Amino acid sequence: MSDKPRKFKGGVHPNDSKALSATKPIQVAPLLDKYKVIMHQNIGAPPELLVKKGDLVKKGDLLAKAGGFVSVPLHAPTSGTVSAIDKCPGPTGIGVPAIEITADGEDAWGAALEPMADWPNRAPADLKQRVWDAGIVGMGGAGFPAHVKLSPPEGKKIDTLILNGAECEPYLTADHRLMLEQAEEVVLGAAILARILGLDTAVIGVEDNKPDAIARLKEVAGKYNVTVQGLPVNYPQGAEKQLIYAITGREVPVGKLPMDVHCVVQNVASAVAVAEAVIKGWPSIERITTVTGKPVVNPGNWRLRIGTPISKALELAGGITMQPSKLLLGGPMMGIAQKSLDVTVMKNTSGILLIASDEVSLYTSEPCIRCGRCVEVCPMSILPATISQAVENKRFDWAEELNVMACIECGSCSYVCPSHRPLNQHFKRGKIEIQAQLRKKK
Amino acid sequence: MSITWIAISSAGVLGVVLGGVIGVVAKAFAVEVDERIERVGELLPGVNCGGCGFAGCTDFAKAVVTEVAKPSQCPVCSAGDINNIAEYLGIVVEEKEKMVAVVRCSGDYSHTVRSFYNGVRDCRSAVLVAGGAKGCDYGCLGFGSCADACPFGAIEIRDALAVVHPELCVGCENCVAACPKNLIIMTPAAVDVHVYCNSPEKGASKMKVCKTACIACRKCVKAAGEEQMLVDGFLVKTNYANPPQSDLVEASACPTTALRLGTKHAEGAYQGVSK
Repeated sequence: MSDKPRKFKGGVHPNDSKALSATKPIQVAPLLDKYKVIMHQNIGAPPELLVKKGDLVKKGDLLAKAGGFVSVPLHAPTSGTVSAIDKCPGPTGIGVPAIEITADGEDAWGAALEPMADWPNRAPADLKQRVWDAGIVGMGGAGFPAHVKLSPPEGKKIDTLILNGAECEPYLTADHRLMLEQAEEVVLGAAILARILGLDTAVIGVEDNKPDAIARLKEVAGKYNVTVQGLPVNYPQGAEKQLIYAITGREVPVGKLPMDVHCVVQNVASAVAVAEAVIKGWPSIERITTVTGKPVVNPGNWRLRIGTPISKALELAGGITMQPSKLLLGGPMMGIAQKSLDVTVMKNTSGILLIASDEVSLYTSEPCIRCGRCVEVCPMSILPATISQAVENKRFDWAEELNVMACIECGSCSYVCPSHRPLNQHFKRGKIEIQAQLRKKK
Repeated sequence: MSITWIAISSAGVLGVVLGGVIGVVAKAFAVEVDERIERVGELLPGVNCGGCGFAGCTDFAKAVVTEVAKPSQCPVCSAGDINNIAEYLGIVVEEKEKMVAVVRCSGDYSHTVRSFYNGVRDCRSAVLVAGGAKGCDYGCLGFGSCADACPFGAIEIRDALAVVHPELCVGCENCVAACPKNLIIMTPAAVDVHVYCNSPEKGASKMKVCKTACIACRKCVKAAGEEQMLVDGFLVKTNYANPPQSDLVEASACPTTALRLGTKHAEGAYQGVSK
């Protein structure tokens, strides 16, 4: 591990606006009357429902079991009654099945997972099973089941575990506060993850704009042979492939996975979830979420149960002062636009962001002037301008030739485009059409 | 003999010889073309819409002549055109029913709740942002992906709603796959009564986002009978196997005007009911 991290090609420097909530300590949200747990929170197969309407559940009880290997179970966020299993607005705008739990106010734990305080003596396979049983997914935003990344196929040797604490998205400070306030658990989670992978070290990558978090992590990192690596501030530093390059100098080839270059990357929040699952036996039923934006009265970081409606999270933050014109789950660069306040917090909801109407530029898309700025900033070294034209003309075969599938949808190209072309949306469309064609061929 | 004459005569001799070679080769290696294919191709519309499932009109003509396909598989041909082809080939064809597309949504700009959307003006791209900016998850987005797919100009985007003109629609089904909300169905052209709503939500939640949704009040079911109008959850559908008469629309007085005549809908005769 070199002391000086490498700088990946491209990237942008948007105004990070993190000052709104970076100094606000994590607050625990009070218990609500109702939680709506969205069924399908992970990438991969949806889980299988285990409860029915009218069932009594305790906190941490299974609501649904994993529907396959690339799938995770769901747990009750509090004790109470399953009052409905119906549709709830999903994060992608389409109604999705959700389990509504009416809390009984006792918040009593059920038959929880057994704590494994003696984890250094446990077999890695048992620890991995625990990660799965606790329903932990990538909490940085993607929602990919954590245990799958910890199960490299035979023949693929893993030599580096990287914890992602870059948090390069503007506005978001949830991971920052987590690393400051729960540094021991971050490091402990790193050590447990390293044990599962058969490693004895881990690296935590943190962007240099969080010097306090780096200092705090360095204080406690020595205990488990974990190193902390400061990273240059450059969006998207927290993207998996860019992070691996910055820390190890290895490039993940197009269409390959981090494990092909012997790396596993997990988010710091996932590491804390792993530590809590192993040491305390807590399943993944809450997470730290940043509620922020100019219209929010009191932006900050909250420990929210999974299934908390966004409207309630905004109430916690004191409500809004002005009419927002955009609501995003996640950060401003990669967050998903919402049209309903009834969407609930999921395991990968790192932020709830409101954008005021005077902050939104309502540009219309103009023709490409071939200035090449998108090509300069693209961290994946593809040609956004050309690919967007291919997609616009429904030439998906051409877009595929131009490697649209390598796009990580970071939005840097849309950010710099002087013609305000919706490049990122074109790539999303192109990727979906190409995947649909692949499925058809199969 | 001057050089001019040498040039002219040698070129002439060369021309005669090569012409002879071409003549022999053309006879010896002639590609036999079934003249019927050409003739049938001429009788077909020649728009290459692909509605028959073949690569184009010539490909279809070949299939018809080799009896792989029936002339009636062409959705564009009128009954007269098909008879002409059948007569020419000396085959018997069964009558085919003309089908037209129906976009099962009446939620135009004035009657629906929408969020602001500033992205790509294409339905299949728009659906990637929060499932489309419309309050209703099931409604027409109105960016005209179906109209772009229609080779006959039969779909008009009016007030951010796709409207099919039945007299122009030939039933090629190109629009069906273009719609990301799966709103377009093929219906017998003889039936004019359609329910212009495809949302399975409860009536109250539909009314919150759209003033012209079908709220399953069953007025039309009572007027026409259970066999002609089918109730499916919170949505009524025309039974195309046993269709109601066109006067049903007036007789049932649909309170939201979701029940419409396709021809009058295309003319823009329904303004919806605002309550």
